[in-house]
Amino acid sequence: MSPHSNATWHTVCTREDLVTNSGVVVWLDGAQVALFYLPEAGERQLYAVDNRDPQSGVNVIGRGLVGSIKGDLVIASPLYKQHFRLRDGSCLEYPEQRLKVWPVRFDGQHVQVAVG
Amino acid sequence: MNSSIAPSNTLQTLIVIGNGMVGHHCVEQLIAGGALQHYQLHVFGEELMRAYDRVHLSEYFTGRDAESLALSDAALYQTPGVTLHLGTQVLEIDRDGHKVVTATGSVHYNKLVLATGSYPFVPPIEGAHGDSRLVYRTLEDLDAIRAAATNAIRGVVVGGGLLGLEAANALKSLGLEAHVVEFAPRLMPVQLDEQGGIALKDRIEQLGVGVHLSRGTQSITAGEEYRYRMNFGNEEFLETDLVVFSAGIRAQDALARQCGLDIGPRGGVSIDGQCLSSDPDIYAIGECAAWNGSIFGLVAPGYQMARAVAATLCGAEADPFMGADMSTKLKLLGVDVGSIGDAHGHTPGSRSYQFIDQTTASYRRLVVDASGKHVIGAVLVGDNSYYDTLLQYMQNAITLPAEPASLILPSSTGAPTLGPASLPETATICSCHNVTKGAICSAIDGGCTDLGVLKSSTKACTGCGGCAALLKTVFEHELIARGVSVDKSLCEHFAYTRQELYALVRVEGVQTFEELLAKHGRGHTGCDICKPTVGSILASCWNQPIMDASLVPLQDTNDTFMANMQKNGTYSVVPRIAGGEITADKLIAIGVVAKKYDLYTKITGGQRIDLFGAQLHQLPDIWSELIEAGFETGHAYGKSTRTVKSCVGSTWCRYGVQDSVQMALTIEDRYKGLRSPHKLKFAVSGCTRECAEAQSKDVGVIATEKGWNLYISGNGGMRPRHAELFATDLDDDTLIRYIDRFLMFYIRTADKLQRTSVWRESLEGGLDYLKDVIINDSLGLGAELEAQMQLVVDRYECEWANTLKSPEKLKRFRTFVNDKRADPDILFVEERGQRRPATAAELKLIPVTEEAL
Repeated sequence: MSPHSNATWHTVCTREDLVTNSGVVVWLDGAQVALFYLPEAGERQLYAVDNRDPQSGVNVIGRGLVGSIKGDLVIASPLYKQHFRLRDGSCLEYPEQRLKVWPVRFDGQHVQVAVG
Repeated sequence: MNSSIAPSNTLQTLIVIGNGMVGHHCVEQLIAGGALQHYQLHVFGEELMRAYDRVHLSEYFTGRDAESLALSDAALYQTPGVTLHLGTQVLEIDRDGHKVVTATGSVHYNKLVLATGSYPFVPPIEGAHGDSRLVYRTLEDLDAIRAAATNAIRGVVVGGGLLGLEAANALKSLGLEAHVVEFAPRLMPVQLDEQGGIALKDRIEQLGVGVHLSRGTQSITAGEEYRYRMNFGNEEFLETDLVVFSAGIRAQDALARQCGLDIGPRGGVSIDGQCLSSDPDIYAIGECAAWNGSIFGLVAPGYQMARAVAATLCGAEADPFMGADMSTKLKLLGVDVGSIGDAHGHTPGSRSYQFIDQTTASYRRLVVDASGKHVIGAVLVGDNSYYDTLLQYMQNAITLPAEPASLILPSSTGAPTLGPASLPETATICSCHNVTKGAICSAIDGGCTDLGVLKSSTKACTGCGGCAALLKTVFEHELIARGVSVDKSLCEHFAYTRQELYALVRVEGVQTFEELLAKHGRGHTGCDICKPTVGSILASCWNQPIMDASLVPLQDTNDTFMANMQKNGTYSVVPRIAGGEITADKLIAIGVVAKKYDLYTKITGGQRIDLFGAQLHQLPDIWSELIEAGFETGHAYGKSTRTVKSCVGSTWCRYGVQDSVQMALTIEDRYKGLRSPHKLKFAVSGCTRECAEAQSKDVGVIATEKGWNLYISGNGGMRPRHAELFATDLDDDTLIRYIDRFLMFYIRTADKLQRTSVWRESLEGGLDYLKDVIINDSLGLGAELEAQMQLVVDRYECEWANTLKSPEKLKRFRTFVNDKRADPDILFVEERGQRRPATAAELKLIPVTEEAL
C-alpha cells in the first residue's frame, strides 16, 4: 500500500513498542491508531487501523485478538466479537461497519503512519 | 401470458371465518400451497388481535405481551390477495346467496372455511355474574381476570381438567391463593385414571393450590370473609374474590346452526374426512368441527384438518382426516402430566402395569393389548421423560421388550429411550406439524445439515416444542447414518475437538500454540476461537504464567490484561478474598485504592469486592498497591477457579457442625489459578441449612455430623441446575482427592466453554459412570489425575505479582504507547455517590467524519 502523493509519514513509535502477534495503540494528533505486528503472517508485517469500535463507539480495537478467517487476517473486537479485515477495515459480519485504515511502515527502528 | 397466474377477474373468493390457531394455520397453508393463484382470501376474526398462541396463554401473566404471543408477523396478512378483518363478527351465512353478512355489509364467497373454534362452557349457576363468572380463553378474558385480581387474595377455578389447571396456574402467577373445584371425583378425569388423579392432586396441593373434588356449585352468594361464597350443597361452601369457569368447551357452531348445516350429536359442524360440511362449499376445521360425532380440543388435530382443507382448495392431494390421537403431554402448574391413547384401559382384554411412588407423588401406568405385545395407552404424572418413547411404541406398533414394565420403572440411567434407528419412516416426530421421520430424512437427503434450517424448512418443533429432544436425536443419528460427519472441528485451523487437542497437548508435551498449530493445525495465525481454547489447555496442563510472551497473543482481552473489560472499555478489578473472609485492614486497603483511583465498588455474588472503571494504564499501579496490602489476583477474568463461597460455620453459628470457612480456604487456596474449559464456582456450607448455596455450584460441599457431603455440577445463572449428591460423609483428605479427580477429569474431557453442568449431562452413563471413574477408579486414572492437579497447584503464582516484576510484560499496559494521556473519550457521571460510565445520550457524541486517504 502506498500513501497518497501529498500524504506525509509520521513516526509514531519504535519497533520496541510493538507486541508480537498482537496490538498496541498510538495517539496521532487526536486520532487513536491501533498497530498490529504480525512478523510471520505473510507479505505484510504491520497493519494500522482505527482503535474505535464502530458498534460500541468505544476505543478497544487495539486490545482485540488477531486471527485469520478464510484467508483474511482479521481483528476481533473484544466487546462484541465482530471481525474486521486488517487489510481494508471491512467487517465480516456487518457490512455497514468499517474501520479506517492507514498506510504504515518501518523506517529502521521507527514505525511510521501516513496521514494526508 | 404466464399461464400460472390467473387474471384477477377469474379469481374466486375464499373466506375463512375465525383467526385462532387453526384458522391461522389454514391461512398459512393456503398461501404456501399457492391458493392465491385461484382465490381472493378474506379472513374474519372476532377478536382485535390477529391469531395468537393459545397454548401458552398463561405466559401473558408472566411477562409476555400480546404481540410476542402472535403466531406470525403482521406481514403475512399483508400479502397481496389476503384481507384480514379483525374485530369483525360474522353475523350470518347466506348459503343461497353465497355470502357472509357482517355489521358493515356482506361479502360474496365461492368457498367458505369455518374455523370459529369453541367457547368456554359455563354451567347455569344462580348468582354467577361479573367477577364470579370469569372465563379463560382469549386475551380479553385474561385482561378481565387481571383486573378482577387487582384487589383479590383468593381465586377459584371451576373445572379440574386440563384448561382448569392452566387457569389455576394463571391465578397463581397473578399472586392469588388458587383453588380448583372439580365436579368429578378426580382431576383431569378425561386423561387420567384414579391413581394418576391422586398423584396429580398430591403434587398440586404441595404447590399450595387447594383441590376440592366431587363438588358441584349450586349457587354463588355474597361472602363474609371474601367477596363471594360458592355454595356446594350439604352446607359446604368456599369463599373467594373471583371465580373462573373452565369446565370444558363447546363448539362455536352458532353460524352453522343459523344457516342450517348438519350438526353433530354433541354439537359441532358435522364433517367428513375432507372436512366438508353438509354444504359442498363449506368446510369446518378445529374445535368447531365434529368428525364422527367427536370434537377434538387439541392443536395437533386442528392443524391436521387445516392442512387437509388447504390441500384440497389448492388442488393438491389431501390426506383425509381420520380422527386423531388425543395423546398429550403438558406441564400443569409445573407438574408433568402425560396421557397416551387408551389411558383408562377400556379396551377389552387390555392389561396394565403400574408404578406408584407416594413419596414423590409420581405415577405411571402402561396399558398393553390382550396379546401383551403392544402399547395401547399410558398415564404419566410427575415425570414426562417417559412420554416420547411410550408414544412411539404406540403410534408405530413397535413390539414391546421382554419386560414391558421396564418402560415405566425408574432407572438409574434415566428414562428408557427408543433408539432413533428403531423408529420406522412413518413415525411422527412432530405431531403439531405432522413431520415424520421420513420427512426429516428427505430434508437431510436434500442437503440439510443444520438443525435450525431443518426446523424452519419442515416446521418440525415449531408448534408446542415438545419434540425438541427427539428431533435432535433423530437428526444427528440420520446425519451420521449417511456418513455426514457431524463437524465437530474447533475452527478452520484445527480439525479436532477441544478434548482431542487436550490429549495431543498432554501426550506430546506440547508447550506452545505455534508448536500445536505447526504439528496439528492449518495456517500460521489461528483465530479468536482456537487461540483462547489452546491457551486454556496449555494453562490447565502446564500452568505457565499467562503473560509469558508466547502466551499473550492467545488470550482474550480479559486474560491478556488480567481484568474484566466493561462496556466503556475500562476494566474492573477483583482481588481474591478467599472464602469471603477479610480483615478490617484489608477492607480499608481496598477502600483506599478505590478512593484513590475513583473506582466504583460493588459486592459480588461470590463474596468479594469488584472495583470498576480502571483504565488500562492504571492497572499496574492499582495492582501494586493491592499486592502491597497482601492481596492476590482473583482470576475473575479467566475461565478458571472463581470463588469458594462459605457461611461462617461452626465457629460462630449455633447450627454449624463443621468449620466451613476453613474448608473453603483450603479449597480456594488449592484450586486458585486452575484454568479450565469454563469458569468454576465452589461453595461450602457448615450445615444442612445450606446458607452458602452450595447446591448451585460446580462443586458444592455441605457439612454433616460425620464429615462432608460432596455435590457436583450445579449451576446458577442462565441455566440453573441443582447439583447432584456425589458422595457422603467424606473426611477432609478424601474430599480433596475426589475434587482433584473430578476437576481434572472435567478439564480433560469437556468441550470448550462447557460448564460442569452441561458436561455432566452429556456424559454417557451419567452420574453412575462418573462415580465409577472418580470413586471406584474404574479407568485407573485416579493417581494420574491427582498428580496432574498437584503439578498445577505447585506451579501456582499470582499472575499480577509475576507481571509487575517484568518491565517487558508491563509494556502492554499503556493506553497509548507514545503518549501518557488517558483515553479522552472515556467519560463518567456521578450516580448514588459513585461514578459510572456516561450513556450515549449523556455524551452527545460528535459524529466522526471520515477523511479520504
